[in-house]
Amino acid sequence: MNSVSVADVGRPAIRWHTLSRSLRGGLKGGEYTWAVAFVVPYLAVFLTFVAYPVVYGLWLGSEPSLYRELFADPIYQTTVVNTVLYLALGVNVKMFLALLLSGFFMRPGRWMKVLLLIFVLPWAVPQISAFISIHWMLNGEWGFLNNLLYHLFHIEGPFWLNERWTALGAVIASHIWKWTPFWTLILLAGRMAIPLEIRDTARVDGATGVRGFVYITFPLLANLYLISTLLSTIFLLGDFNAVYFVSGGGPADSTHVLATLGIRDAFDLAQPRLGVAAVMSALPLVIPLVIVLMRKLRTTEVQL
Amino acid sequence: MSARRAVRRRRYSGNAGVLVLSVVLIVWTFVPIYNMVMISLEPEGDVYTDRLWPKMPSVESFWGVLTQGHWYLEHFWRQFGNSLYLGVMVTFLTLLFGSLTSFSIGRMRIRHGWLVSNCALLTYVIPASFLAIPFYRIMQNYGLANNLWSVIAALVAFATPYAIFVLQEYGRSIPIEVDESARIDGASPLQIYRSIYLPLMAPALVAVGTYALLLAWNEFLYQFLLLSTKSSMTVPVALAQFLNSDQSPWNYMMATAIVYALPPIAIYYAFRRRMTAGLTMGGVKG
Repeated sequence: MNSVSVADVGRPAIRWHTLSRSLRGGLKGGEYTWAVAFVVPYLAVFLTFVAYPVVYGLWLGSEPSLYRELFADPIYQTTVVNTVLYLALGVNVKMFLALLLSGFFMRPGRWMKVLLLIFVLPWAVPQISAFISIHWMLNGEWGFLNNLLYHLFHIEGPFWLNERWTALGAVIASHIWKWTPFWTLILLAGRMAIPLEIRDTARVDGATGVRGFVYITFPLLANLYLISTLLSTIFLLGDFNAVYFVSGGGPADSTHVLATLGIRDAFDLAQPRLGVAAVMSALPLVIPLVIVLMRKLRTTEVQL
Repeated sequence: MSARRAVRRRRYSGNAGVLVLSVVLIVWTFVPIYNMVMISLEPEGDVYTDRLWPKMPSVESFWGVLTQGHWYLEHFWRQFGNSLYLGVMVTFLTLLFGSLTSFSIGRMRIRHGWLVSNCALLTYVIPASFLAIPFYRIMQNYGLANNLWSVIAALVAFATPYAIFVLQEYGRSIPIEVDESARIDGASPLQIYRSIYLPLMAPALVAVGTYALLLAWNEFLYQFLLLSTKSSMTVPVALAQFLNSDQSPWNYMMATAIVYALPPIAIYYAFRRRMTAGLTMGGVKG
């Protein structure tokens, strides 16, 4: 079955057949049934496990009174600030580092390949393992970080997770630790795909170093960078693990983001509707992002 | 002369820069991993120290994990088996549904196929954690709470969209005439799918399969919400249970975390090339 020769494929009769079929538009009866049968499993999964929960969630969170209760909650207000900070810093610092590092890893040589292999390790380590380790590492009394600070500089490190700003910073740093390698690889692939001739020509014309980056590399990477940033924003908005494991939302619920607050309200406080409302209050940000992303991903066929 | 010196100086400073940055990156990458290894090598009860390396490193805690030799690890192998089962089923179903769908849309060009693509795209950009609460309630109504299949269903639903994209994109590199001539030879769509499409798609299937497996291995929230008995839970849930208690056996937890991290690291490095190829497939067309 596999050995379809090129000569067969190129026969004009078949081309004509293809053409006429595409003009008629569509498949013959029996084949159409097959095609539908092939799509049905995924559609069933989509309808049962995505569409239904979406609709049910919208219904759960549809009471306006929920939002009055939610907005009056001081923890919710803190959470919104945290979410904005987490998004702004987590996404942009990470993407900017990834952009710079992808350029760094373009350097030739064996060492760079080895270093890249080491550098992607955080991506390969499961989130749960990594974040539990970071959580204990930041323990004020027994954590590795403070031991290190003491041994190296004789500094008594702070109790990182007992104070809102350092705890939030720890969460953001953990996110950057875990995900910078991934986006570096994406941007590295983007840089590699820039044809060599363009880079060579640019170099001959004097566009090297910073100028080469500003006038040649970045314009060619800009679209990928933008899409990566938007996707990363959405992924980060839904991120539960970093906050849950590193800071646990503490101290005193001061480092929650919307994703963890929703789960806390629904399960710790047994108020699922309030939890759904907390998550739904991100919709004004999610919907435009989704629309822009769907349009971008469809037209440029970027896959991550 | 001075120009040459300037070039040389620039090369030296460049090398120094590479060296400094390399050291920074290696330290940054390894600190949490070093911490994990260090604590796992502490003998029992010695976790509360201010040392940077155990005084008496021992593999006691690893042994404890492998033999379930601590009360916290009673069901370790059962839970590890659950994680494995979850990963394998999610991978298999994601590959099956993803390849069938992309075959129908991309190769058979089913009418309104773009609608299905859009459903997939939409799923891809909705954060999974936002659907956790309604999903949990639905599963409870169906009596599927505490059942591994409820988690499998959720993860397949969230992994398949990516599979559909990558497979469709990869499928474009295979001439449609291959399918056409098989059709003319009388092959049914199912035969074309099995004997032509799947073998030709093998590289992309490996990439997608790895993605699905690692997604299941990394996932926590759905497993945490849906699995609550000791025998039904997976390793991440068991790990999390002990995170917030004061008397956590940290050396055992870290050993568990390392054992749990080994399979994905091995898979990742084994399939690295395929995976990055899949991740960036067509990534820079725009």
